[in-house]
This record gives sequence, structure tokens and C-alpha cells, in this order.
Amino acid sequence: MERTARFRDAGWVLLLLALVIAAIGIAEIYSTTEHSALAGQAHKQIYWVLLGTAVAIIVSRIDYHILLEQSPWIYIGTVAMLTLLLAVGPRIAGTKRWFPIGGLTFQVSEFAKLVIILAVAAYFADRAGKAVGWMDFAKVGAMVGLPAVLVALEPDLGTALTFVPIGAAGIFLAGIRTKQIAVLVLLGAMLLPVGWHFLKPYQRDRLTSFINPSHDTQGSSYQGAQSKIAIGSGGFWGKGFGNGTQSRLGFVPVSHADFVFAAFAEEQGFLGTLVVLLLYLALLLRLLDSAQTAGDRAGRFLCAGIAAVFFFQVVINAGMMIGLFPITGIPLPLMSQGGSTALGTFLALGLAMSVNMRRFVN
Amino acid sequence: MVAAVFLGLLIGYWRLQIGQHRQYEEAAERNRIRNLPVTAPRGRILDREGKVLADNFPAFQVLLVREGLESLTPVRLAGIAKGLGIEAADIQQELDRSARLPRFQPIVLKNSATMGDIAFVEAHRWDYPELDLLQVHQRSYPRRGIAASALGYVGEVSEEALARPGSVHQMGDIIGKSGIERTYDRVLAGRNGMRRVVVNSRGQEMGSMTTIDAVAGNDLRLTLDLDVQMAAEAALGGQTGAIVALDPETGEILAMVSHPSFDPEAFARGVDSETWKKLTTDPGKPLLNKAIQAHLAPGSVFKIVTGAAGLETGTVRPDFTVNCYGSLTVYGRTFRDWTYEKGHGHGTVDIHSAIVHSCDVYFYTIGKMLGIEKLAFFAKNLGLGSRTGIDLPGEDPGLVPSPEWAKRVQKRPWWAGETISVAIGQGAVAVTPLQLAYMIGGVVSGGVLQKPHLAFREQLRVLNVAEDDETPRRFPLHPTTVELLSNGMRGVVNEGGTASVAYEPGLDMGGKTGTAQVVSSKLQESARKSEFRNNAWFVGYSPTDKPEIVVCALVLQGEHSALAVPMVRDVIKTYLAKNAARRPKDNQMQTQIRVMSEVRGNALEADGNGGR
Repeated sequence: MERTARFRDAGWVLLLLALVIAAIGIAEIYSTTEHSALAGQAHKQIYWVLLGTAVAIIVSRIDYHILLEQSPWIYIGTVAMLTLLLAVGPRIAGTKRWFPIGGLTFQVSEFAKLVIILAVAAYFADRAGKAVGWMDFAKVGAMVGLPAVLVALEPDLGTALTFVPIGAAGIFLAGIRTKQIAVLVLLGAMLLPVGWHFLKPYQRDRLTSFINPSHDTQGSSYQGAQSKIAIGSGGFWGKGFGNGTQSRLGFVPVSHADFVFAAFAEEQGFLGTLVVLLLYLALLLRLLDSAQTAGDRAGRFLCAGIAAVFFFQVVINAGMMIGLFPITGIPLPLMSQGGSTALGTFLALGLAMSVNMRRFVN
Repeated sequence: MVAAVFLGLLIGYWRLQIGQHRQYEEAAERNRIRNLPVTAPRGRILDREGKVLADNFPAFQVLLVREGLESLTPVRLAGIAKGLGIEAADIQQELDRSARLPRFQPIVLKNSATMGDIAFVEAHRWDYPELDLLQVHQRSYPRRGIAASALGYVGEVSEEALARPGSVHQMGDIIGKSGIERTYDRVLAGRNGMRRVVVNSRGQEMGSMTTIDAVAGNDLRLTLDLDVQMAAEAALGGQTGAIVALDPETGEILAMVSHPSFDPEAFARGVDSETWKKLTTDPGKPLLNKAIQAHLAPGSVFKIVTGAAGLETGTVRPDFTVNCYGSLTVYGRTFRDWTYEKGHGHGTVDIHSAIVHSCDVYFYTIGKMLGIEKLAFFAKNLGLGSRTGIDLPGEDPGLVPSPEWAKRVQKRPWWAGETISVAIGQGAVAVTPLQLAYMIGGVVSGGVLQKPHLAFREQLRVLNVAEDDETPRRFPLHPTTVELLSNGMRGVVNEGGTASVAYEPGLDMGGKTGTAQVVSSKLQESARKSEFRNNAWFVGYSPTDKPEIVVCALVLQGEHSALAVPMVRDVIKTYLAKNAARRPKDNQMQTQIRVMSEVRGNALEADGNGGR
């Protein structure tokens, strides 16, 4: 088998779109933090994005098949790390999400996301032509469920939830039958009350305040209410760069991280929102296109998994800003401030580029 | 499918940013903009020489901002109440009361925050962003209780006052509640301003948008002389009673004391219910300005009215005499002279010796000859039985009884014997200490009764404060009458009369004593408890030929007028000593001129501020 990877086929449009979105994100982070104690976050983010770009280019040069071959070992290593994190990890802000490395902190779950994408892709790559059986459900469920539970225990329910669409996308792409969907929906409905039982009080609060927003403005739904005020007050044209009162005066929580899109919508209005959402859509379509044109089954599953996570995160984050979903700790990929997230996202894009580059293979 | 979901998201953003934009824009503005009152300092109150009687010092109020109240859950309310040491129910009550006021008006939780309160608010900016501190000017009285009853006190405007049509006040405003503070509230009160500030989510100020400047109140200069006032305070000491000193030529009040009194600063801080209860149940009635609100029989001081009536009507001539045997029996009843217990009368007395020795029988006789109608006519024209019109709230009009009064108020006929009692200032006749000083001042000035007042009139004219009629009450007395009565009163002090304890060589002073048995309705109860002890009166004046100061002292349950006499003497001596060095009248003129020019300056300043 001869494989030729051509550098000019690497999907530069994908990277360019990502960089444009990241640049907008950095500008908003600057606007919302430069006057505050968090000044300097925007600069940090520039370094992360540059590092991410470099990593994406390097990864795109690597044949993704090599990574797929090693995926069982990587998967086992990642699960071990997540377990270790729970066992001996430092408690930062009440949670065990980060491993300190040097002066930086490293969020394992962001990389676990990629590892699960690899693992799921590797699993379905070998099952060409076979129908999806209940055994596949069990295996993929365990593959996704084990790290998801470990991450949920940190606790970080938001990130754990982002693992779910990876498995779902894999199963759908592999070919699911209507009967199976029906059974799954039923099962899910039955498990809902059980799941409620395992939620922490603050998580329950978020859910109740999501269903009934006037319940308590200062507590859980306060964040949601303030985010909506920020977005709504932006209007069509927005308040202008650096003029977002809701975000700059601290009414919108973490307006540089999870809520960066609310801050952006306040300052740039509906026009800005439209542009950014279109950019995200274009990027997603590029990813789906990469999946369709992938050189082999493994590449297709890889790109689909990446697209699924990306789609899920963008929709949930942008949706929770306007009260369509309950508030969960899901950052907006490429725009929210955060080193691990940025690096993870660019790694994923690098993988997609790697697939894209090798589409003419065979 | 992906595109459809994105379209759904866009529709969601459209609805918020375009559809409900206005509503959310207002919410954002409410979030960041807070209206804070800027309190205007109240004008100072000065004595006639510019010494400060009432001032302000900076203090902090704890405010509860009512914008965004939805977030104030009962649990959080309880947290605030606990931190500030007040009842949550009280806060809730305040909130309910203010429910209809504009949301930008905060409510005052504490008028004078302690260091602990300030620390609590500052440390809980995040937990309780609705709490705020406001620097205010709190009323202070640097001389503490001095002239408290005359100055009055300030407090938060009451609900009733707010509800009154045309009220310019807002909830939480500090207004004058009694005394000068109340009468001249319009002069003293400034105009509060407002600041619109930008706050962050923790309620910290990030910047100021617009400011409506506060306009300071005007200083008010009183006719009180702090030195004379201090002497009067010291003279009355721990006794229950009052002292009033006035200048009969101008009506200016030089001193006004009422004991027991209160600490006006306690009101400025906000009185708690316990202190309030103590003040209202004290038998000495500290909140009553006894100088203008005591309603008591004048006793023998009234004999000056009876004497004036007798002389003016020609009923008695200067050489008219009465033989006093210690009592007089008329209308089937025996009226005793105060010397009755001693077993002898005054012997043969004329008008002069009757005044000097305060012979009751002499005045019983004249009273009988005059009849109640003439007595009442003279009493009323000499300033009794109606308000003097002093610039203080709550003045008691006193009472001059008459057959008409008996019929209208008491629903009974006039008893002839009552006339005899009234002639010596007993019975139903009632006066205030101010009225007695006013009356004696009028008599020794030949029947010109200058309206008593505490604020210099010139400054009020400059400040455009409507001043009611200033013309003195005129009831010209014949010079012979004035001379006879004055000589009598000089004799009271200088010829071994009833006030001879006040005699000092070189002290040119006259006066009239009184010992009243009858108690007033207002003070009746407290008087009863002390077994009908008498009230002691003395009204003295100086110099005798051209009086500049009239001082009336009242000692409740003072047993005998001898208690009041030295008090008046001390006040007069202080006044004379002070004015001996510089020519008194010239000094007064200079004070007036100085007051006028300063007030004018203030007024111009105030106008300038108002125009902005």
C-alpha cells in the first residue's frame, strides 16, 4: 500500500476558519478582562493558540493510522491517568480536574475526549460491513462510559457529557436500526430519575432553575439571567468593543471563559453573533466534508467524532447562554479562554487535517 | 441537520437581541446604575455672637438599595438583619412601607452606622450587594443639652408628614421635629442632591455619571446669648422648671431653659424605644419646653396685672389703703393672706407696700372692686391668655378665666369668689413663664409688648422666610401707673420685700415673686404625687429705670418663691457683667449688622447653587 500525503491538500481552510474564530475570541477576552485582575489572559491565550496551531500542523503530518494502531494503549493510559487524578490529584476550586505540570495546569479530560474519538474510530474501522448489534452498544458504551464516569466524579459533568456524542456519532455512522433507537429512548427515559439521584445539589439546582428560571435569580439561574440580559441588551449592533457593561462590571460570570460568547454578543450584537455562528457552521461543514471524503472508514469515523464533539459543544454553549439548555461547564471551543481546551481543540483539528490530507490514498 | 440546529440557535439570539432588546437593555441599565442620594448639610444654629449651638459631623448611614429586590430572599434578609443587629421583621416592615416609592430610592436601615456595621457592609459586598453606605451629615450639638428645649431636635420625617399634601420631603429625610429646628426647618434644611453611579456586580462604585449637587442649608443666628443661657442653665440646675430671659425693648429672647431636658444628639442618632419610653414617662416631662408649654397659675406675679387694672381704671388711687388683718371675708367665704399662719396681717397697706410685701388682702379688695370683667380685660391686654407668638412650635396660650369662659368651657356660672382668687393669680388663671416675662416687660416698658422671638428678623427677611406680624402689642399705660408699679417692684428686692434675698448693693433690679398653689392640667399628675407642693415664681428685671432684660424663673414644686429669686438674680448679674464693659445697645446693633451682612452672603451663595 502506497500512501501519499500531500501538504497542499491538508485542509488549510479548516485551520484558517479556526484561527479567525480564535482571533475573535482573543479580542473578546481582551475586551472583557484587560481592565480587571484577569488582565493578561488574552496574551496567554495568544500563546496557546499559536502553540495549538503548531501542534495541529505537526499532527496533520503524522499518519492517523499510526495513532489508531496505538489507540488501545493510549486509551488505557488515559483511563489510568483519570483514575490517578481522582486518587491523588490536587483539589483546585473544589474539583480534581487538573494536573499541575510546572507552572501550568493540565486538564486531562480535554485530552481524554480525543482519546475516545480515536478509540471509537479504531473500534468501528475494523467492523466494516457488519450491522450494529447490541454487543456493539455495550462495548462502545463501556468505552465511552468508563472515562465519562471518571470525569463526572471529578466532578465535571459538562466535559463528561461531551463524550456522549462521540459514541453516538460512531453508532449512527455505523448504521443503527429504528427499533434500536426506540429501545434506547425508552431506556433513557427510565434511567432519568436514577440519574437525578446521582446529581450533586448544585447540579440539581441548575436543572430546576433551568426549568423554572424565576425560581431564584441570585443563585443558580442568576448566571443564566445575567447572560440573557447581556445578550439581549446587545441589540442588533452591539454596545461596541470594550463597552459591555454586563461583562465588564462582572454581572456575567467568567465572561472570558465559559460565558465569552455572552460577552461577545453583548458587545457585537446580533450581527457579530451571526458572523461567528456562520464561521462555526462553515468549520463544521468542512469537518463533515472531511468525513465524507476521508480515504478510509477509520478516517471517516475520526472526522465524524471530532465534528460531533465540536457541534455538541458549540450548540450547548451557545444555547445555554440564551437559556435553551441548563448551565453546565462546557466551554465554547476556540473562543473560551483556557489552555487545555485550546490545545485539545487544535489537536483534534490536526487529526482532521491529517485525514483530509490523506484522502486520495489507495 | 447541522444547519437546521444553527438556524434554531440564530432564532434564539434574534429573539433576545432584537425581539426583547429593550427589556434586556433596561435590565442591564438597572444592573449597573445606582442612584444614591447626596445629603445636604443642615445649616448651623448660632447664638447671637456666632457661637455654634448646632452643627453637623460626618457619619454613615446603612442603606438598602431597592433596585433588584427580587433577589432578597428571607434567608438573605435574615443575614443582613443579623449582621447589623436589627430585626428582620423591621426591615421587612420598612420595605412594605416603601413599596410604592420609586425603586431608586433606597431605604435607611441604620442612621448612624457603628464601625462594626461599616465593616459588615464592606466585608459582605459580594453576599449583600444591595447594602450600601452613605456619608451623611449628622446633627450635633456641641454644647450638648444646653438650650435643648429651645433648639429642639431633628429626626427622620414621619409617614404622616410625608402623606401631607404638598410635602417636599422624601422618605428618610431628616427634618426638624421640635423647637427652632422645626420652626426654621425651611431655612436650615438644605436640598439633597443625587448621584448616578456605575456599580459592578459587587455593588462597588466604578464611576460617577451625573451629579445633582446638594445645596447646604443656611446658618441661623439666634438672639440667644450663650453666656446668659449658660448662667440660666446653671441657675436652674437640677430643679424642674424653666427660665426665660428676654429684652423687653426688642422681644429678643436671651436665654431659655427648661429642665429636665434631653440630649438632642440622641434623636439625631435615632432614639430606641427604651429611651423614648423613658423620655415620655418621666414625671419631669423632658420633652415639654416648660418655658412656653407649662400651663400654671402665676400666683402673686399676677398682682401686677390687678394693680395695673386698679390704677388704670381709677378704681384705686395712689393713696388708697387697705387694712390687712391676715384674711378677708367676702361672699361668705374667708380668703386668707399668706401671712395668716403667722398670726398677723400686713396692717395698713397702699399699692406700694402691697406689692413690696405681696399683700393678698389688698389685692382681694381691689379685685372685688374691679370685678372679673375688668381684671380679664387687663390681663388679656397685658399679654396673658393668648400665645405671645414666639417662633417656637407648641406654645401654650395660657388661660384668663371669665364668666363667658365658665359658661362656654365649664358649663357653669361664674362664682363670685373666683374673682377674688384670680386677683392674686390663683384659681383658673394659667400662664407660661414666657408670658410672665412678656407681661412684666410690657408693664415696665409702659405698655409696649414686643413680640418674643429667637431668630433675628433681619436675616429672615433676607432669606425670604415669611415673617408674620412683628408689630408689638400696644396697650399704653399711664406713666403714673408704670411708675407706681415699678417702684413697688423695686421695693420687692430693695426694701425688704419678698425678694430681698436678691438684694445686693449696686444691683439695680426689680421684680415680683409668686407662689402658686394651683396646678395645671398638664402637670397636674406629677404635681399630685409630690403632695401639692407649690410652684415658685420670680420675674425680675434690670435696670429698673430702663429695663434691658426681664428674667422669669419657675421652679415646679419649689415650695416658696425664695427658690426662684436667686436664679433670676444670677442670670441678671451675668448679663450686666457681660454688658458693663461694652455699651450693650451698640453691641447689639453691631451684632445685627454683622448678622445681616453674613446672612446676605449666604443667601446669595444659595441662590447661585440653586440656579445651576
